[in-house]
Amino acid sequence: MLVVPAVVGGLLVVLPLAGLVQRAPWSDLWALLGTEAVREALRLSLLTSTVATVVSVALGVPLAWVLARVAFPGRRVARALVTLPMVLPPVVGGAALLLALGRRGLVGQYLDQWFGIVLPFSTAGVVVAETFVAMPFLVVTVEAAFRAADRRYEDAAATLGARPWTVFRRVTLPAVRPALVAGAVLCWARALGEFGATITFAGNLQGRTQTMPLAVFVTRESDRGAAIALSLVMVAISLAVLVGLRDRWLATGGDAPTGDRP
Amino acid sequence: MIVLDAAVVVERPAFRLDAAVTAAAGELVVVLGPNGAGKSTLLGAIAGLVRADGHVRIDGDPVLDSDAGVDRPPEDRPVGVVFQDGRLFPHLSVLDNVAFGLRCAGTRAGPARSEARDWLDRIGLAGRAGDRPTALSGGQAQLVALARALATRPRVLLLDEPLSALDAQTRPAVRTDLRRHLGTFSGARLLVTHDPVEALVLADRLVVVEDGAVVQQGTPDELRRHPRTPYTASVVGLNLWRGRGDGRRLVVEGGAPLVVPGPAPAGPAIAVVSPRAISLHLARPEGSPRNLVEGRIAGIEHRGDTVRVQVDGALPLVADVTAGALADLGLRVGDPVWAGFKASEVEVAPA
Repeated sequence: MLVVPAVVGGLLVVLPLAGLVQRAPWSDLWALLGTEAVREALRLSLLTSTVATVVSVALGVPLAWVLARVAFPGRRVARALVTLPMVLPPVVGGAALLLALGRRGLVGQYLDQWFGIVLPFSTAGVVVAETFVAMPFLVVTVEAAFRAADRRYEDAAATLGARPWTVFRRVTLPAVRPALVAGAVLCWARALGEFGATITFAGNLQGRTQTMPLAVFVTRESDRGAAIALSLVMVAISLAVLVGLRDRWLATGGDAPTGDRP
Repeated sequence: MIVLDAAVVVERPAFRLDAAVTAAAGELVVVLGPNGAGKSTLLGAIAGLVRADGHVRIDGDPVLDSDAGVDRPPEDRPVGVVFQDGRLFPHLSVLDNVAFGLRCAGTRAGPARSEARDWLDRIGLAGRAGDRPTALSGGQAQLVALARALATRPRVLLLDEPLSALDAQTRPAVRTDLRRHLGTFSGARLLVTHDPVEALVLADRLVVVEDGAVVQQGTPDELRRHPRTPYTASVVGLNLWRGRGDGRRLVVEGGAPLVVPGPAPAGPAIAVVSPRAISLHLARPEGSPRNLVEGRIAGIEHRGDTVRVQVDGALPLVADVTAGALADLGLRVGDPVWAGFKASEVEVAPA
């Protein structure tokens, strides 16, 4: 009874990939990937998603720590708000970003007036949009790890003379490291595939804001070969991420008692 | 010289700890009490891990004085702690665990490591320096935890049930090691346990805590002579004999030989047997018990369902039997009797 829907479900996932592979212009692949627009998109995508991940780690780890460890009124609401971008349609996120950080936006007008910073339609804007969408993946993963981490090790460190910052750096952070790596990889992958918020907030300017997903979207009619080539690159990256994460999870979660998690 | 002087109050819903303890330099004070009596909370309050009122003075210096608004955090108290579960950092090597406190005190990595190596040498685990703590046995882990705590050179060392996570076979050996390494520490030592044998073997002085309050304190002998609560009576009412091991058996002062589990330690030793483990017989029983002594009943004391019978002879002892069993035997004061117990019921520790 369950086999038929299972097969249909599996095909639904696999068939489009098969289509992509079957239609791929294998002989021209390198030439296509070498074109100006494709190289620009590839470079921009790798750059912005990596910067977005760095920003997400820098801001998301402290945010996760506060949500996990600091009791304050409205913490549950704050937790829900932080994860909102995960379920929000990205286009809505992009529109909201424009209203907040656009030239006439809530904060954006002052960024422009006081500092001359204009985020929309800039590469920095792409990073902002990707961070907005992708950071919650990191926060959720790391927050759970902070909450699961055994606080008694932190007590032990304090009795050995460790100040709070040392405790965090040398005891708490190593305990959540596997989750941090997994969260960062998820965050990076999500940023790499980001489309809706980016095109709404940062537009589609080749060389400045046109990341790979945007390039696939605009070239799929005009230059189908290039679109498929780009898609294949993204499929390859996604697969690599999945396989890499799987190994990590197997390596750290599978043998937890003897692994480097407490 | 009094090193530790603590009088703390911890208020929790449905629980209140109000206890005072002191410990002199080189003294090992054992805090003994049933589970849930507040022993670990007392240690936590002294270490600064549990919020408390009252005062804690170390060498006269207040680290907690709620009247004066002094409450130093754990990292600012010269107190080392050995936890029940060791709590070695799983992501650091054994060596780096021991060096952790030294690094926190500002020692550079190189000197901290070489000092940590000296500590590992002292506890005989230098060969395990590069291992992860999870590769150690429970007993080895507790010795490393002790070295890690001592490496910070605290004035007060707190040990929270350091042996209770170990299995019964390894416990006596680790207790002996622990005792030896504790002997090199010049500060005050406070050890918490609910194990009476551990308490009697290790303590210079006993502090008995029940329901969050100190009910009695003194040397093991003082408590044995004048137990003030049923708990104290049952705990210090254990049969404890001093003697010498000859490598095979343990010969108690007065001459009676005891069969003990495994080879007896050579030299002065203590043997402990619970009164509940001793059975009484009218005639020499056949078979099972490895230890049999003949004596005469010197006293019978009813305590609810159990009866404590005092037996005089080559090996003076007390036995707890049920009232029914005593009635079946028809024993009275002055009657001759045989007492038996298994070798496996004897706990032995070097004295």
